[in-house]
Amino acid sequence: MSEAQALLEAERITKRFAGISALEEVTVEVHRGELVGLIGPNGAGKTTLFDCLSGKLRPDEGDVRFDGRSLVGLPVHRRARLGLARTFQRIELFSGMNVRDQLLVAERARHGGGSFLRDAVGLSRPTADEIERCDRMLDLLGLTPDADRPIESLSLGRGRLVELGRALMTEPKLLFLDEPSSGLDRRETHDMGTVLQAVQERSHTAILLVEHDVPMVQRLATRLYVLDAGHLIASGPTREVLDDPAVRAAYLGVGV
Amino acid sequence: MTTAPILELVDVSAGYGAFRALFGVSFAVPAGTAVAIVGPNGAGKTTVARVCSGLVQPTSGRVLVDGDDVTGAATHQVARRGVAHAPEGRSVFATLSVEENLTLSFRQAFGRTGTGDGLARAYELFPRLGERRRQLAGSLSGGEQRMLTLARVLVLEPRLLVADELSLGLAPIVTEDVYRTLGRVRAAGTALLIVEQHLDHALAIADEVVVLDRGEVGFVGPAHELGDRAASFLSAHEETV
Amino acid sequence: MIEILELAVRGVPTGCVFALLAVGLVLTYKTSGVFNLAFGAQAYVSAVVFYEVRKEHEWPLLPAALLAIVVIGPLLGLLLDRVLFRHLRTSGSVAKLVTSLGLLVAIPELVRLAFGSESKKNPPPLWYVERTDQWLWPEGSRFVLDAGQVTTILATLVVVAGLGVLFRSTALGLRMRAVVESPRMVELNGINAERVSMVSWMLSSFLAGLSGVLLAPLFASLSPFDFFTLLVAALAATAFGRLSSIPLTLLGGILLGVLQAILAGKLPTDSILANGLRPALPFVVLFALLLFWPGLRSARDAADPLAGVDPPPPPAAASIRTRFLTVGTRAFAVTVSAIGLLLGWFVLDSFWLGLVTSGVILGVIMLSITVITGMGGMISLCQATFAAIGAFTTARVVDSLGMSVIVAIFVGAVVAAAVGGLLALPVLRLEGVYLALATLAFALMFQSVMVPLDWVSGGTTPLRVPRPVIGPVDLAENRAFFVLAAALLALAGALVYVVKRGTTGRFLDALRGSEYAAASVGISATRAKVIAFSLSAGIAGLGGGLLACFYGAANYDQSFNFFYGLVWVVLVVTAGARSVQAAVISGLGFFLIPEFLQRLFEIPGRYVADHPDLPAAVEAVLRTIKPEYSLGVAFILFGFGALTYAKHPEGIIEVQTRAALRKVMGALDRTDRSQPTPATDDARPPDEDPAAPATDDDARRPAPVRTGGAGVP
Repeated sequence: MSEAQALLEAERITKRFAGISALEEVTVEVHRGELVGLIGPNGAGKTTLFDCLSGKLRPDEGDVRFDGRSLVGLPVHRRARLGLARTFQRIELFSGMNVRDQLLVAERARHGGGSFLRDAVGLSRPTADEIERCDRMLDLLGLTPDADRPIESLSLGRGRLVELGRALMTEPKLLFLDEPSSGLDRRETHDMGTVLQAVQERSHTAILLVEHDVPMVQRLATRLYVLDAGHLIASGPTREVLDDPAVRAAYLGVGV
Repeated sequence: MTTAPILELVDVSAGYGAFRALFGVSFAVPAGTAVAIVGPNGAGKTTVARVCSGLVQPTSGRVLVDGDDVTGAATHQVARRGVAHAPEGRSVFATLSVEENLTLSFRQAFGRTGTGDGLARAYELFPRLGERRRQLAGSLSGGEQRMLTLARVLVLEPRLLVADELSLGLAPIVTEDVYRTLGRVRAAGTALLIVEQHLDHALAIADEVVVLDRGEVGFVGPAHELGDRAASFLSAHEETV
Repeated sequence: MIEILELAVRGVPTGCVFALLAVGLVLTYKTSGVFNLAFGAQAYVSAVVFYEVRKEHEWPLLPAALLAIVVIGPLLGLLLDRVLFRHLRTSGSVAKLVTSLGLLVAIPELVRLAFGSESKKNPPPLWYVERTDQWLWPEGSRFVLDAGQVTTILATLVVVAGLGVLFRSTALGLRMRAVVESPRMVELNGINAERVSMVSWMLSSFLAGLSGVLLAPLFASLSPFDFFTLLVAALAATAFGRLSSIPLTLLGGILLGVLQAILAGKLPTDSILANGLRPALPFVVLFALLLFWPGLRSARDAADPLAGVDPPPPPAAASIRTRFLTVGTRAFAVTVSAIGLLLGWFVLDSFWLGLVTSGVILGVIMLSITVITGMGGMISLCQATFAAIGAFTTARVVDSLGMSVIVAIFVGAVVAAAVGGLLALPVLRLEGVYLALATLAFALMFQSVMVPLDWVSGGTTPLRVPRPVIGPVDLAENRAFFVLAAALLALAGALVYVVKRGTTGRFLDALRGSEYAAASVGISATRAKVIAFSLSAGIAGLGGGLLACFYGAANYDQSFNFFYGLVWVVLVVTAGARSVQAAVISGLGFFLIPEFLQRLFEIPGRYVADHPDLPAAVEAVLRTIKPEYSLGVAFILFGFGALTYAKHPEGIIEVQTRAALRKVMGALDRTDRSQPTPATDDARPPDEDPAAPATDDDARRPAPVRTGGAGVP
């Protein structure tokens, strides 16, 4: 990795809810194309950190810089258009749409959204180019057989893939994944890991991964951050961090 | 066996609207034993748990508690027979505080006088909840909400505990804690029906295993016999680590 | 200073009136999740019962009060819970709001049917002492309270204290709050959720009855409308209490009363501002609180964690039908419209043509609800206001600029769209019920501040709007105007249709699915919703201008009263908020159904007149059916229609379409087995399809759709 500026620099992020500190001066960096893991016990503030970075929550203190510019004050959709995408711990798909439409909506939104005038004269059907890009994504994720199914009829595992696909349609530079294996069985977890590796190889998207499945983190992440009670307690290469006694005590427990 | 099992499902089919999730599922949970339900996602495990507590009514078949037919009974009637269900996911009252969540349950089970004791035991089990007792449950993290659900059912010491995806979203260290507590609860006489993704967790505690596949029972038997019979089915899930 | 204090004290009793209603509303909301706009209607029921037994049957005070408050109140609550809200327990707060709107429309008409429509003057008080007997406090001062005010203050304080105890330190209070969030989880705790919410409803309905009987003497005669207006005024106090805190609600109510009294005493009585502001104060306060009161703005519904237990909604008819049937359905729609046009032109007499034209124009306004509610997922209660803005603008532009009428109608639409967009900017941060309340507050502010102004509405004489002349066609002729209205309806319908299918519609779909997720792919919620609001307001304005033009005048009270806005929402949502044809049908229904009913109700009377030898009993029964009931019965039907919303949120029309499609597709399937038809699986008996994709998630498993190729693994 070149010594160029990091893609994402979150500096000393602090967030409190009703006086209770959820994040305390957390500093995180993600470089272009790398996959970084973020682990920590329940309530450590992982999802809160994601929400601060993606713009849902406004941190009380701290600065977030992305691709050379400050993100402070930008709403979620503006950050998304700059190249920040995310998936959700508790899956958030657009109800009442089929799989392909989920991706087509994201594809359209990537450019900042359609014009009302085009709608009014009936000129906003998906273009051949959009459909093709969308079909390629479905293919990459192995979702082609499900393309026309309503998302309500998908299994959780397929649903998580659709969410991933939807995020990738925006051609993100950085992707936040919030527990992508949660609720998946082992085979699905394994498949998810394989897909993530493929995605990374293909598009060089940087990924920040929150995950409880330690084997999956080990397999995918080159570096790790460990959060505990809102504090960053360790960071570094995956293996080293996992062997750190403090991390073992706070998170992994003796048996692992 | 001379006494009726705590819970028995006889040829139960169930589903949601037009969708069928279970087809003729039968198994029993004898008193004091632990039964694990395993199977891939979408096999119908959660539906089985819901049928047991009366949240989902079977379209055919019967549900027996202590030998009495409770098919069609309201959920609260099943609960009063000592069946506690910890549903999957974030099953807490988000707009009530942690303490109110617990009080709601303990007032019903232990009466006015027992509530305080129950709260104390819950906070002993999960000190983290004690720290946040005044906080709204909705403001807890996913894992903490899980703890709250668990604290409720573990303190109740029900006759049968139906636990759906206990470890989902819990850090490894907490998962181990939870299973240790389950062991204690079981030693105190509670029968367990555990729905699990993680086979090794399930097998470590279960006497019997029910393997569900596509809404049908693929295997029922002692946990240690699972090996050969279902090897082909499970191998796909074992290979990841 | 003393003067201010005196005014303030004078405001306390009124404040307690606000507080009593507001506390009742908060209680209902906290324990049932229903923002019960029909609370005033419930209060009205008890007030009328009290009036009847006390004045007509001269019961003594105590039994009369017991019957009206302790028996009728809770009984009504029990009834509402049993037949209605029990089935709504797991629905969203918007569905519940719509249901309460339906009740609001239906209950007063039911009361009128039961107790007669003659006016009930001088409602009796709930105390023995006459009002003239005044209480002086402190001794010798000018602070004066009469017995009625003292009773109200005491009752309010007792109610607040009682509810405080209930929620703070009883198991029942805790259970009531828990049931709102998830009745199923309450059941898992071994608690009978149905009984808990039954008790909640009885309690809140008892409070409604108490307020009704207490407040009735404030009015010269009993009218459901006064009760509703008073309730809406009290909403500011509920907002002050953030819909949850009962002490804060009490404080809010009293502050509101005090503020009103001070304003009334201090503002010069002759200024326009004062005349408009005084009645509008509660609505202005409500609007401001909704926008700026911390804690309200971000309030959301807590979702039921066990919602996955419900069967999923069935797929929309449009998504299950085959290509052939889609073409068929459209051809059918075109044919029906053409027949309608021909009927209008050649067959209808001028009376029916007038009704149908009104219905067609209202159909345009109804389309605005399709946009805001069906596409945007927001409940707006100020669509009548946007229509009025369109109408007033049309009238003013024609009058002062001499512009062509048809152009003026479009100018009206543009102005309405602009107002809609401006209103949207602050209001859009609100969710669900709060958004609906803010629009209601806006409608009432408009009604009490803007409408009385001369330069807006023309004051007491409605502004005239002439009929346009387009080239050689003079639209003063009703049949020509009917065609113009139909053409504009078609235009608006087509616009709504393409926008729904276009990017804006898809973005709105995504936002309704998950706002955060939509933002995370780059969709701007603000932008999409402002467009929806503007488009909706513009269409309503277009309809308003057209209606004014058809009637020859922009008459606010007759055409655009905010209450109509509520009825329209109920109608459209009942018929189906997402479909264009449902909007058109509900527009026609609003005018035609009362008329049909009237014709129907005239039959028994005529029969009696023609058959003088009927048995007396039969004649008596037939005589009870009077044509003048028709409007009331129509409103009852409209109101009860909304109650089906819980079961069929997609609307009656959609349900019927789907059922019809199933039948047709089933028939096609049977006659043509050899052809591979992509028919649906869920239409067949479930056991014929055991090979449903087993990878489905446990929690949400709807019927697999379209297995014709794509769905089969």
